[in-house]
Amino acid sequence: MAYYSVREAIAALRRAPGLAILSATSIGLSLFVLGIFGVAAYNLDVTLQAVERRVEVVAYLRDDISAAQLEVLQNDVSSFPEVESLTHVSKFEAMRNAIQQLEEFRDVFTDLEMNPLPASVEVRLRPAYRDPTSVARVAELIALYPFVEDVRYGREWVDKIYQLRRLGGAVAVILGVAFAVVAILIIGTTVRMAVLARREEIAIMRLVGATDGFIRRPFLLEGFITGLGGGLLALFLTYAAFLVVDGSLINLEWVPASWAGGGTLAGGLLGLAASGAALRRHLTTYG
Amino acid sequence: MIKLINVYKEFPRSGLALKNASFHLRKGEFAFLTGPSGAGKTTVLQLIHMAERPTDGEVRVSGFSSGRMRRRDIPKLRRRVGMVFQNFRLLRDRTAAENLAFALEVTGARRSEMKAKVQRLLAHVGLAARAGAYPDELSGGEQQRIAIARALIHDPVVLLADEPMGNLDERAARSVFELMRDINASGTAVLMATHDVELVRRYSQYRVIELSEGAIVYDSGNSDGVL
Ligand SMILES: Nc1ncnc2c1ncn2[C@@H]1O[C@H](COP(=O)(O)OP(=O)(O)OP(=O)(O)O)[C@@H](O)[C@H]1O
Ligand SMILES: [Mg+2]
Repeated sequence: MAYYSVREAIAALRRAPGLAILSATSIGLSLFVLGIFGVAAYNLDVTLQAVERRVEVVAYLRDDISAAQLEVLQNDVSSFPEVESLTHVSKFEAMRNAIQQLEEFRDVFTDLEMNPLPASVEVRLRPAYRDPTSVARVAELIALYPFVEDVRYGREWVDKIYQLRRLGGAVAVILGVAFAVVAILIIGTTVRMAVLARREEIAIMRLVGATDGFIRRPFLLEGFITGLGGGLLALFLTYAAFLVVDGSLINLEWVPASWAGGGTLAGGLLGLAASGAALRRHLTTYG
Repeated sequence: MIKLINVYKEFPRSGLALKNASFHLRKGEFAFLTGPSGAGKTTVLQLIHMAERPTDGEVRVSGFSSGRMRRRDIPKLRRRVGMVFQNFRLLRDRTAAENLAFALEVTGARRSEMKAKVQRLLAHVGLAARAGAYPDELSGGEQQRIAIARALIHDPVVLLADEPMGNLDERAARSVFELMRDINASGTAVLMATHDVELVRRYSQYRVIELSEGAIVYDSGNSDGVL
Protein backbone atom coordinates (compact mmCIF):
# COMPACT_ATOMS: atom_id res chain seq x y z
CA MET A 1 0.00 0.00 0.00
CA ALA A 2 2.80 2.40 0.93
CA TYR A 3 4.70 0.94 -1.98
CA TYR A 4 1.85 1.79 -4.31
CA SER A 5 1.67 5.42 -3.14
CA VAL A 6 5.39 5.98 -3.42
CA ARG A 7 5.59 4.34 -6.83
CA GLU A 8 2.61 6.30 -8.18
CA ALA A 9 3.89 9.59 -6.79
CA ILE A 10 7.27 9.03 -8.39
CA ALA A 11 5.64 7.93 -11.64
CA ALA A 12 3.56 11.11 -11.64
CA LEU A 13 6.66 13.25 -11.07
CA ARG A 14 8.40 11.36 -13.90
CA ARG A 15 5.41 11.69 -16.20
CA ALA A 16 5.49 15.47 -15.98
CA PRO A 17 9.00 16.34 -14.76
CA GLY A 18 8.81 19.82 -16.29
CA LEU A 19 5.73 20.60 -14.28
CA ALA A 20 7.21 19.18 -11.09
CA ILE A 21 10.41 21.18 -11.56
CA LEU A 22 8.45 24.32 -12.37
CA SER A 23 6.34 24.09 -9.24
CA ALA A 24 9.27 23.10 -7.02
CA THR A 25 11.19 26.08 -8.43
CA SER A 26 8.35 28.50 -7.79
CA ILE A 27 8.02 27.26 -4.25
CA GLY A 28 11.79 27.39 -3.92
CA LEU A 29 11.89 31.01 -5.05
CA SER A 30 9.03 31.99 -2.77
CA LEU A 31 10.68 30.33 0.18
CA PHE A 32 14.03 31.83 -0.88
CA VAL A 33 12.65 35.34 -0.44
CA LEU A 34 11.36 34.20 2.92
CA GLY A 35 14.76 32.67 3.68
CA ILE A 36 16.59 35.92 2.93
CA PHE A 37 14.17 37.69 5.18
CA GLY A 38 14.70 35.02 7.80
CA VAL A 39 18.46 35.54 7.80
CA ALA A 40 17.99 39.31 7.97
CA ALA A 41 15.42 39.00 10.75
CA TYR A 42 17.64 36.63 12.68
CA ASN A 43 20.61 38.94 12.47
CA LEU A 44 18.51 41.95 13.38
CA ASP A 45 17.27 39.99 16.34
CA VAL A 46 20.78 39.03 17.41
CA THR A 47 21.84 42.69 17.23
CA LEU A 48 18.77 43.92 19.06
CA GLN A 49 19.24 41.36 21.77
CA ALA A 50 22.76 42.61 22.29
CA VAL A 51 21.42 46.15 22.60
CA GLU A 52 18.58 45.01 24.76
CA ARG A 53 20.93 43.27 27.13
CA ARG A 54 22.22 46.72 27.96
CA VAL A 55 18.79 47.91 28.95
CA GLU A 56 19.10 48.82 32.56
CA VAL A 57 17.59 51.08 35.14
CA VAL A 58 20.02 53.34 37.00
CA ALA A 59 19.02 54.69 40.42
CA TYR A 60 21.12 57.67 41.52
CA LEU A 61 21.47 57.81 45.27
CA ARG A 62 21.50 60.79 47.62
CA ASP A 63 24.90 61.52 49.12
CA ASP A 64 23.54 61.16 52.64
CA ILE A 65 22.37 57.57 52.18
CA SER A 66 23.41 55.29 55.02
CA ALA A 67 24.93 51.86 54.60
CA ALA A 68 21.81 50.32 56.15
CA GLN A 69 19.53 52.16 53.73
CA LEU A 70 21.66 51.04 50.80
CA GLU A 71 21.36 47.47 51.98
CA VAL A 72 17.59 47.75 52.29
CA LEU A 73 17.40 49.12 48.75
CA GLN A 74 19.61 46.41 47.34
CA ASN A 75 17.71 43.64 49.11
CA ASP A 76 14.32 45.01 48.07
CA VAL A 77 15.18 45.59 44.46
CA SER A 78 16.94 42.30 43.88
CA SER A 79 13.80 40.52 45.07
CA PHE A 80 11.67 42.14 42.30
CA PRO A 81 10.66 39.39 39.86
CA GLU A 82 11.79 41.58 36.93
CA VAL A 83 15.30 42.02 38.23
CA GLU A 84 18.16 39.87 37.02
CA SER A 85 21.07 41.50 38.84
CA LEU A 86 22.14 44.78 40.35
CA THR A 87 25.45 46.49 40.78
CA HIS A 88 26.33 49.19 43.25
CA VAL A 89 28.54 51.97 41.87
CA SER A 90 30.03 54.10 44.63
CA LYS A 91 30.86 57.80 44.24
CA PHE A 92 34.48 56.84 43.93
CA GLU A 93 33.82 54.28 41.22
CA ALA A 94 31.60 56.71 39.38
CA MET A 95 34.47 59.23 39.32
CA ARG A 96 36.93 56.60 38.18
CA ASN A 97 34.60 55.53 35.36
CA ALA A 98 34.08 59.10 34.33
CA ILE A 99 37.80 59.72 34.18
CA GLN A 100 38.31 56.58 32.15
CA GLN A 101 35.55 57.31 29.72
CA LEU A 102 36.08 61.02 29.34
CA GLU A 103 39.83 61.39 28.93
CA GLU A 104 39.59 65.02 27.87
CA PHE A 105 38.08 66.06 31.18
CA ARG A 106 40.56 64.18 33.31
CA ASP A 107 42.07 67.40 34.59
CA VAL A 108 38.77 68.96 35.36
CA PHE A 109 37.76 65.99 37.47
CA THR A 110 41.02 65.59 39.34
CA ASP A 111 41.15 69.32 40.16
CA LEU A 112 37.78 69.26 41.86
CA GLU A 113 37.87 69.41 45.62
CA MET A 114 34.86 67.30 46.13
CA ASN A 115 33.33 64.52 44.04
CA PRO A 116 30.13 65.85 42.37
CA LEU A 117 29.09 62.47 40.95
CA PRO A 118 26.40 60.52 42.80
CA ALA A 119 26.63 56.86 43.79
CA SER A 120 24.20 54.66 41.93
CA VAL A 121 22.66 51.23 41.69
CA GLU A 122 22.52 49.76 38.18
CA VAL A 123 19.63 47.37 37.81
CA ARG A 124 19.64 44.82 35.00
CA LEU A 125 16.32 43.22 34.05
CA ARG A 126 15.51 39.69 33.05
CA PRO A 127 15.07 39.25 29.25
CA ALA A 128 11.30 38.75 29.52
CA TYR A 129 10.93 42.12 31.28
CA ARG A 130 12.89 44.32 28.90
CA ASP A 131 9.77 45.79 27.34
CA PRO A 132 8.84 49.45 27.84
CA THR A 133 6.08 48.84 30.40
CA SER A 134 8.13 46.62 32.69
CA VAL A 135 11.14 48.90 32.55
CA ALA A 136 9.01 51.93 33.41
CA ARG A 137 7.31 50.09 36.28
CA VAL A 138 10.59 49.03 37.84
CA ALA A 139 11.91 52.58 37.49
CA GLU A 140 8.82 54.00 39.20
CA LEU A 141 9.06 51.56 42.11
CA ILE A 142 12.71 52.39 42.71
CA ALA A 143 11.96 56.12 42.55
CA LEU A 144 9.66 55.71 45.57
CA TYR A 145 12.61 55.25 47.93
CA PRO A 146 13.31 58.62 49.63
CA PHE A 147 17.08 58.19 49.43
CA VAL A 148 16.90 57.71 45.67
CA GLU A 149 17.59 61.02 44.03
CA ASP A 150 16.68 60.17 40.49
CA VAL A 151 15.99 57.17 38.24
CA ARG A 152 17.10 57.00 34.63
CA TYR A 153 16.68 54.50 31.86
CA GLY A 154 16.94 54.75 28.11
CA ARG A 155 13.27 55.27 27.56
CA GLU A 156 13.54 56.03 23.84
CA TRP A 157 15.88 53.13 23.29
CA VAL A 158 13.61 50.69 24.99
CA ASP A 159 10.62 51.92 23.03
CA LYS A 160 12.46 51.82 19.71
CA ILE A 161 13.87 48.35 20.14
CA TYR A 162 10.51 47.07 21.14
CA GLN A 163 8.80 48.66 18.13
CA LEU A 164 11.45 47.38 15.75
CA ARG A 165 11.04 43.85 16.94
CA ARG A 166 7.29 44.04 16.69
CA LEU A 167 7.57 45.43 13.15
CA GLY A 168 9.99 42.67 12.22
CA GLY A 169 7.57 40.05 13.50
CA ALA A 170 4.66 41.58 11.59
CA VAL A 171 6.62 41.76 8.31
CA ALA A 172 7.67 38.14 8.72
CA VAL A 173 4.09 37.02 9.22
CA ILE A 174 2.80 39.03 6.23
CA LEU A 175 5.55 37.86 3.89
CA GLY A 176 5.21 34.31 5.10
CA VAL A 177 1.47 34.25 4.49
CA ALA A 178 1.79 35.92 1.07
CA PHE A 179 4.36 33.45 -0.14
CA ALA A 180 2.56 30.50 1.36
CA VAL A 181 -0.53 31.51 -0.62
CA VAL A 182 1.50 31.74 -3.83
CA ALA A 183 3.08 28.35 -3.20
CA ILE A 184 -0.30 26.79 -2.39
CA LEU A 185 -1.79 28.12 -5.62
CA ILE A 186 1.12 26.74 -7.64
CA ILE A 187 1.06 23.31 -6.04
CA GLY A 188 -2.72 23.29 -6.26
CA THR A 189 -2.48 23.78 -10.02
CA THR A 190 0.13 21.06 -10.32
CA VAL A 191 -1.97 18.61 -8.38
CA ARG A 192 -5.07 19.52 -10.33
CA MET A 193 -3.22 18.75 -13.56
CA ALA A 194 -1.98 15.49 -12.09
CA VAL A 195 -5.56 14.59 -11.16
CA LEU A 196 -6.72 15.45 -14.68
CA ALA A 197 -3.93 13.39 -16.22
CA ARG A 198 -5.03 10.44 -14.11
CA ARG A 199 -8.79 10.88 -14.09
CA GLU A 200 -9.31 7.64 -15.99
CA GLU A 201 -7.32 5.69 -13.40
CA ILE A 202 -9.10 7.45 -10.58
CA ALA A 203 -12.46 6.51 -12.09
CA ILE A 204 -11.36 2.86 -12.29
CA MET A 205 -10.11 2.99 -8.73
CA ARG A 206 -13.53 4.18 -7.58
CA LEU A 207 -15.19 1.58 -9.76
CA VAL A 208 -13.33 -1.33 -8.19
CA GLY A 209 -13.73 -0.04 -4.63
CA ALA A 210 -10.53 1.80 -3.73
CA THR A 211 -10.94 4.03 -0.68
CA ASP A 212 -10.69 7.82 -0.87
CA GLY A 213 -7.59 7.70 1.29
CA PHE A 214 -5.92 5.28 -1.05
CA ILE A 215 -6.77 7.40 -4.08
CA ARG A 216 -5.52 10.57 -2.41
CA ARG A 217 -2.27 9.28 -0.93
CA PRO A 218 -0.08 9.35 -4.06
CA PHE A 219 -1.19 12.92 -4.82
CA LEU A 220 -0.51 14.04 -1.26
CA LEU A 221 2.90 12.44 -1.40
CA GLU A 222 3.58 14.08 -4.74
CA GLY A 223 2.68 17.48 -3.27
CA PHE A 224 4.85 16.83 -0.24
CA ILE A 225 7.85 15.78 -2.34
CA THR A 226 7.45 18.77 -4.65
CA GLY A 227 7.17 21.13 -1.69
CA LEU A 228 10.15 19.56 0.04
CA GLY A 229 12.15 19.94 -3.17
CA GLY A 230 11.20 23.62 -3.21
CA GLY A 231 12.20 23.92 0.43
CA LEU A 232 15.61 22.38 -0.24
CA LEU A 233 16.14 24.66 -3.23
CA ALA A 234 15.26 27.67 -1.07
CA LEU A 235 17.65 26.48 1.63
CA PHE A 236 20.41 26.13 -0.93
CA LEU A 237 19.76 29.56 -2.48
CA THR A 238 19.51 31.23 0.90
CA TYR A 239 22.77 29.72 2.08
CA ALA A 240 24.47 30.74 -1.18
CA ALA A 241 23.21 34.30 -0.76
CA PHE A 242 24.34 34.26 2.86
CA LEU A 243 27.86 33.19 1.85
CA VAL A 244 28.04 35.96 -0.76
CA VAL A 245 26.90 38.70 1.60
CA ASP A 246 28.60 37.52 4.78
CA GLY A 247 32.03 39.00 5.17
CA SER A 248 31.93 41.04 1.97
CA LEU A 249 29.25 43.56 2.95
CA ILE A 250 28.53 42.91 6.59
CA ASN A 251 29.18 40.14 9.03
CA LEU A 252 26.19 37.89 9.41
CA GLU A 253 25.30 34.93 11.50
CA TRP A 254 23.69 31.86 9.88
CA VAL A 255 20.27 31.02 11.26
CA PRO A 256 19.95 28.18 13.80
CA ALA A 257 19.51 24.67 12.40
CA SER A 258 15.93 24.58 13.69
CA TRP A 259 15.06 27.59 11.51
CA ALA A 260 16.68 26.11 8.40
CA GLY A 261 15.18 22.66 9.00
CA GLY A 262 11.80 24.09 9.90
CA GLY A 263 11.75 26.27 6.78
CA THR A 264 12.59 23.35 4.52
CA LEU A 265 10.01 21.13 6.15
CA ALA A 266 7.51 23.97 5.85
CA GLY A 267 7.95 23.66 2.07
CA GLY A 268 6.96 20.01 2.28
CA LEU A 269 3.99 20.69 4.55
CA LEU A 270 2.91 23.52 2.28
CA GLY A 271 2.97 21.08 -0.63
CA LEU A 272 0.96 18.59 1.38
CA ALA A 273 -1.64 21.18 2.38
CA ALA A 274 -1.89 22.49 -1.19
CA SER A 275 -2.50 19.01 -2.63
CA GLY A 276 -5.02 18.32 0.09
CA ALA A 277 -6.94 21.47 -0.79
CA ALA A 278 -6.70 20.80 -4.53
CA LEU A 279 -7.90 17.21 -4.07
CA ARG A 280 -10.84 18.32 -2.00
CA ARG A 281 -11.91 20.55 -4.87
CA HIS A 282 -11.06 18.42 -7.86
CA LEU A 283 -11.05 14.78 -6.93
CA THR A 284 -14.73 14.42 -6.11
CA THR A 285 -15.54 15.89 -9.53
CA TYR A 286 -14.20 12.77 -11.18
CA GLY A 287 -15.79 10.27 -8.83
CA MET B 1 -30.35 -9.15 -2.17
CA ILE B 2 -30.81 -6.13 -4.44
CA LYS B 3 -33.98 -4.19 -3.83
CA LEU B 4 -35.32 -1.02 -5.36
CA ILE B 5 -38.21 0.29 -3.29
CA ASN B 6 -40.34 3.02 -4.89
CA VAL B 7 -37.29 4.67 -6.36
CA TYR B 8 -37.47 8.06 -8.03
CA LYS B 9 -34.49 9.65 -9.67
CA GLU B 10 -34.55 13.19 -10.89
CA PHE B 11 -31.67 14.80 -12.76
CA PRO B 12 -31.34 18.56 -12.88
CA ARG B 13 -32.60 19.86 -16.26
CA SER B 14 -33.52 16.45 -17.72
CA GLY B 15 -36.27 15.72 -15.20
CA LEU B 16 -37.43 12.34 -13.89
CA ALA B 17 -35.25 9.45 -15.11
CA LEU B 18 -36.97 6.92 -12.83
CA LYS B 19 -40.51 6.94 -11.52
CA ASN B 20 -41.55 4.75 -8.66
CA ALA B 21 -39.35 1.82 -9.73
CA SER B 22 -39.41 -1.27 -7.54
CA PHE B 23 -37.95 -4.74 -8.03
CA HIS B 24 -36.12 -7.40 -6.12
CA LEU B 25 -33.18 -9.24 -7.69
CA ARG B 26 -32.51 -12.43 -5.78
CA LYS B 27 -29.25 -14.10 -5.00
CA GLY B 28 -27.83 -15.86 -8.07
CA GLU B 29 -30.57 -14.61 -10.36
CA PHE B 30 -30.03 -13.58 -14.01
CA ALA B 31 -32.10 -10.69 -15.32
CA PHE B 32 -32.24 -8.52 -18.42
CA LEU B 33 -32.97 -4.85 -18.03
CA THR B 34 -34.55 -3.67 -21.28
CA GLY B 35 -36.24 -0.66 -22.73
CA PRO B 36 -35.69 1.99 -25.36
CA SER B 37 -32.89 4.52 -25.21
CA GLY B 38 -33.38 6.96 -22.38
CA ALA B 39 -35.71 4.59 -20.51
CA GLY B 40 -33.50 4.63 -17.41
CA LYS B 41 -31.50 1.38 -17.65
CA THR B 42 -28.12 2.96 -16.97
CA THR B 43 -29.68 5.00 -14.19
CA VAL B 44 -30.87 1.82 -12.45
CA LEU B 45 -27.38 0.30 -12.65
CA GLN B 46 -25.76 3.51 -11.36
CA LEU B 47 -28.18 3.53 -8.42
CA ILE B 48 -27.29 -0.05 -7.53
CA HIS B 49 -23.60 0.81 -7.82
CA MET B 50 -24.36 3.84 -5.61
CA ALA B 51 -22.74 6.16 -8.09
CA GLU B 52 -26.05 8.02 -7.87
CA ARG B 53 -28.45 8.45 -4.97
CA PRO B 54 -32.19 8.09 -5.39
CA THR B 55 -34.17 11.31 -5.18
CA ASP B 56 -36.82 9.37 -3.32
CA GLY B 57 -37.27 5.75 -2.27
CA GLU B 58 -34.56 3.33 -1.27
CA VAL B 59 -31.97 1.13 -2.91
CA ARG B 60 -30.74 -1.88 -0.91
CA VAL B 61 -27.73 -3.86 -1.97
CA SER B 62 -26.39 -6.78 0.02
CA GLY B 63 -26.95 -5.19 3.42
CA PHE B 64 -26.24 -1.64 2.31
CA SER B 65 -29.00 0.94 2.07
CA SER B 66 -28.89 4.11 -0.04
CA GLY B 67 -30.48 5.98 2.86
CA ARG B 68 -27.77 5.19 5.39
CA MET B 69 -24.85 5.08 2.99
CA ARG B 70 -21.85 7.17 3.97
CA ARG B 71 -19.17 8.09 1.51
CA ARG B 72 -16.64 5.87 3.21
CA ASP B 73 -18.97 2.85 2.93
CA ILE B 74 -19.01 3.07 -0.85
CA PRO B 75 -15.71 1.22 -1.44
CA LYS B 76 -17.05 -1.73 0.58
CA LEU B 77 -20.18 -1.82 -1.55
CA ARG B 78 -18.18 -1.58 -4.77
CA ARG B 79 -16.30 -4.72 -3.83
CA ARG B 80 -19.63 -6.58 -3.56
CA VAL B 81 -20.92 -5.27 -6.90
CA GLY B 82 -18.94 -5.77 -10.12
CA MET B 83 -19.68 -3.58 -13.10
CA VAL B 84 -18.86 -3.63 -16.81
CA PHE B 85 -19.66 -1.16 -19.57
CA GLN B 86 -20.19 -1.00 -23.29
CA ASN B 87 -16.80 0.71 -23.77
CA PHE B 88 -14.85 -1.69 -21.48
CA ARG B 89 -12.98 1.09 -19.61
CA LEU B 90 -9.63 -0.65 -19.43
CA LEU B 91 -6.49 1.39 -18.81
CA ARG B 92 -4.77 1.59 -22.17
CA ASP B 93 -1.24 1.99 -20.83
CA ARG B 94 -1.40 -1.30 -18.93
CA THR B 95 -1.47 -4.88 -20.12
CA ALA B 96 -4.40 -7.19 -19.50
CA ALA B 97 -2.67 -8.66 -16.45
CA GLU B 98 -1.68 -5.20 -15.19
CA ASN B 99 -5.25 -3.99 -15.51
CA LEU B 100 -6.34 -6.78 -13.20
CA ALA B 101 -3.39 -6.31 -10.85
CA PHE B 102 -4.21 -2.59 -10.66
CA ALA B 103 -7.70 -3.35 -9.37
CA LEU B 104 -6.23 -5.61 -6.70
CA GLU B 105 -3.43 -3.26 -5.76
CA VAL B 106 -5.59 -0.17 -5.29
CA THR B 107 -7.90 -2.08 -2.99
CA GLY B 108 -5.00 -3.04 -0.76
CA ALA B 109 -4.39 -6.63 -1.83
CA ARG B 110 -1.14 -8.19 -0.70
CA ARG B 111 1.40 -8.31 -3.50
CA SER B 112 2.17 -11.95 -2.79
CA GLU B 113 -1.43 -12.91 -3.55
CA MET B 114 -1.84 -10.76 -6.61
CA LYS B 115 -0.03 -12.75 -9.24
CA ALA B 116 -1.85 -16.02 -8.59
CA LYS B 117 -5.22 -14.29 -8.48
CA VAL B 118 -4.59 -12.48 -11.76
CA GLN B 119 -3.55 -15.74 -13.41
CA ARG B 120 -6.63 -17.50 -12.14
CA LEU B 121 -8.96 -14.76 -13.40
CA LEU B 122 -7.29 -14.60 -16.81
CA ALA B 123 -7.73 -18.36 -17.11
CA HIS B 124 -11.35 -18.04 -15.96
CA VAL B 125 -12.16 -15.67 -18.85
CA GLY B 126 -10.09 -17.77 -21.29
CA LEU B 127 -7.32 -15.24 -21.84
CA ALA B 128 -4.36 -16.71 -19.95
CA ALA B 129 -2.35 -16.55 -23.16
CA ARG B 130 -2.98 -12.83 -23.63
CA ALA B 131 -1.80 -11.67 -20.21
CA GLY B 132 0.91 -9.39 -21.65
CA ALA B 133 -1.26 -7.78 -24.34
CA TYR B 134 -2.29 -4.12 -24.16
CA PRO B 135 -5.98 -3.30 -24.69
CA ASP B 136 -5.25 -1.97 -28.17
CA GLU B 137 -3.79 -5.35 -29.07
CA LEU B 138 -6.95 -7.16 -27.97
CA SER B 139 -10.22 -7.59 -29.84
CA GLY B 140 -13.34 -5.96 -28.45
CA GLY B 141 -14.57 -9.29 -27.15
CA GLU B 142 -11.25 -9.96 -25.44
CA GLN B 143 -11.25 -6.51 -23.88
CA GLN B 144 -14.73 -7.06 -22.52
CA ARG B 145 -13.65 -10.38 -21.03
CA ILE B 146 -10.76 -8.66 -19.29
CA ALA B 147 -13.20 -6.05 -18.01
CA ILE B 148 -15.43 -8.85 -16.71
CA ALA B 149 -12.45 -10.48 -15.02
CA ARG B 150 -11.72 -7.16 -13.34
CA ALA B 151 -15.35 -6.86 -12.20
CA LEU B 152 -15.09 -10.31 -10.60
CA ILE B 153 -11.87 -9.57 -8.78
CA HIS B 154 -13.47 -9.30 -5.34
CA ASP B 155 -15.91 -12.16 -5.86
CA PRO B 156 -18.97 -9.90 -6.02
CA VAL B 157 -22.51 -11.05 -5.30
CA VAL B 158 -23.75 -9.41 -8.48
CA LEU B 159 -22.36 -8.44 -11.86
CA LEU B 160 -23.93 -5.34 -13.40
CA ALA B 161 -23.45 -5.06 -17.14
CA ASP B 162 -24.45 -1.98 -19.12
CA GLU B 163 -24.83 -3.00 -22.77
CA PRO B 164 -21.79 -5.27 -22.47
CA MET B 165 -22.13 -6.52 -26.06
CA GLY B 166 -23.12 -3.16 -27.51
CA ASN B 167 -19.79 -2.67 -29.27
CA LEU B 168 -19.19 -6.28 -30.29
CA ASP B 169 -19.81 -8.26 -33.44
CA GLU B 170 -22.03 -11.34 -33.42
CA ARG B 171 -19.34 -13.88 -32.53
CA ALA B 172 -17.62 -11.80 -29.85
CA ALA B 173 -21.00 -10.93 -28.39
CA ARG B 174 -21.92 -14.58 -28.10
CA SER B 175 -18.70 -15.49 -26.33
CA VAL B 176 -19.09 -12.64 -23.86
CA PHE B 177 -22.67 -13.61 -23.20
CA GLU B 178 -21.70 -17.24 -22.65
CA LEU B 179 -19.09 -16.08 -20.18
CA MET B 180 -21.72 -14.15 -18.26
CA ARG B 181 -23.96 -17.21 -18.19
CA ASP B 182 -21.05 -19.25 -16.81
CA ILE B 183 -20.47 -16.68 -14.15
CA ASN B 184 -24.13 -16.75 -13.26
CA ALA B 185 -24.10 -20.56 -13.20
CA SER B 186 -21.39 -20.42 -10.56
CA GLY B 187 -23.64 -18.39 -8.28
CA THR B 188 -23.13 -14.71 -9.11
CA ALA B 189 -26.28 -12.75 -9.88
CA VAL B 190 -26.24 -10.88 -13.19
CA LEU B 191 -28.20 -7.78 -14.12
CA MET B 192 -27.66 -6.88 -17.74
CA ALA B 193 -28.98 -3.80 -19.48
CA THR B 194 -29.54 -4.41 -23.17
CA HIS B 195 -31.28 -3.11 -26.28
CA ASP B 196 -31.06 -6.50 -27.91
CA VAL B 197 -34.65 -7.66 -28.16
CA GLU B 198 -33.57 -10.72 -30.14
CA LEU B 199 -31.26 -11.87 -27.35
CA VAL B 200 -33.88 -11.38 -24.69
CA ARG B 201 -36.37 -13.39 -26.70
CA ARG B 202 -33.89 -16.22 -27.31
CA TYR B 203 -33.11 -16.61 -23.61
CA SER B 204 -36.62 -16.51 -22.39
CA GLN B 205 -35.73 -18.59 -19.36
CA TYR B 206 -34.21 -15.46 -17.85
CA ARG B 207 -36.09 -12.76 -16.11
CA VAL B 208 -36.89 -9.54 -18.02
CA ILE B 209 -37.43 -6.18 -16.40
CA GLU B 210 -38.62 -3.65 -18.93
CA LEU B 211 -38.41 0.09 -18.48
CA SER B 212 -40.15 2.80 -20.41
CA GLU B 213 -39.71 6.49 -19.69
CA GLY B 214 -38.39 5.72 -16.23
CA ALA B 215 -41.16 3.36 -15.19
CA ILE B 216 -41.04 -0.44 -14.92
CA VAL B 217 -43.71 -1.53 -17.41
CA TYR B 218 -43.06 -5.28 -17.35
CA ASP B 219 -41.30 -7.67 -14.98
CA SER B 220 -41.41 -11.37 -15.82
CA GLY B 221 -39.91 -12.38 -12.52
CA ASN B 222 -42.03 -10.30 -10.22
CA SER B 223 -43.34 -12.52 -7.48
CA ASP B 224 -43.45 -9.88 -4.75
CA GLY B 225 -46.67 -8.45 -6.16
CA VAL B 226 -45.13 -5.00 -6.41
CA LEU B 227 -46.67 -4.15 -9.77
N1 LIG C 1 -25.98 12.40 -15.25
C1 LIG C 1 -27.15 12.76 -15.84
N2 LIG C 1 -27.52 14.05 -15.83
C2 LIG C 1 -28.67 14.43 -16.37
N3 LIG C 1 -29.51 13.60 -16.95
C3 LIG C 1 -29.23 12.30 -16.98
C4 LIG C 1 -28.02 11.81 -16.43
N4 LIG C 1 -27.98 10.48 -16.61
C5 LIG C 1 -29.13 10.16 -17.26
N5 LIG C 1 -29.89 11.23 -17.49
C6 LIG C 1 -31.19 11.25 -18.12
O1 LIG C 1 -31.97 10.24 -17.53
C7 LIG C 1 -32.75 9.57 -18.51
C8 LIG C 1 -32.44 8.10 -18.47
O2 LIG C 1 -31.11 7.90 -18.91
P1 LIG C 1 -30.38 6.49 -18.91
O3 LIG C 1 -28.97 6.73 -19.27
O4 LIG C 1 -30.66 5.80 -17.63
O5 LIG C 1 -31.12 5.75 -20.09
P2 LIG C 1 -30.76 4.35 -20.74
O6 LIG C 1 -31.98 3.52 -20.64
O7 LIG C 1 -29.54 3.82 -20.18
O8 LIG C 1 -30.54 4.77 -22.27
P3 LIG C 1 -29.54 4.14 -23.33
O9 LIG C 1 -30.18 2.89 -23.81
O10 LIG C 1 -29.47 5.17 -24.39
O11 LIG C 1 -28.23 3.93 -22.65
C9 LIG C 1 -32.41 10.22 -19.83
O12 LIG C 1 -33.42 11.16 -20.10
C10 LIG C 1 -31.13 10.93 -19.59
O13 LIG C 1 -31.06 12.11 -20.36
MG1 LIG D 1 -27.61 3.48 -20.92
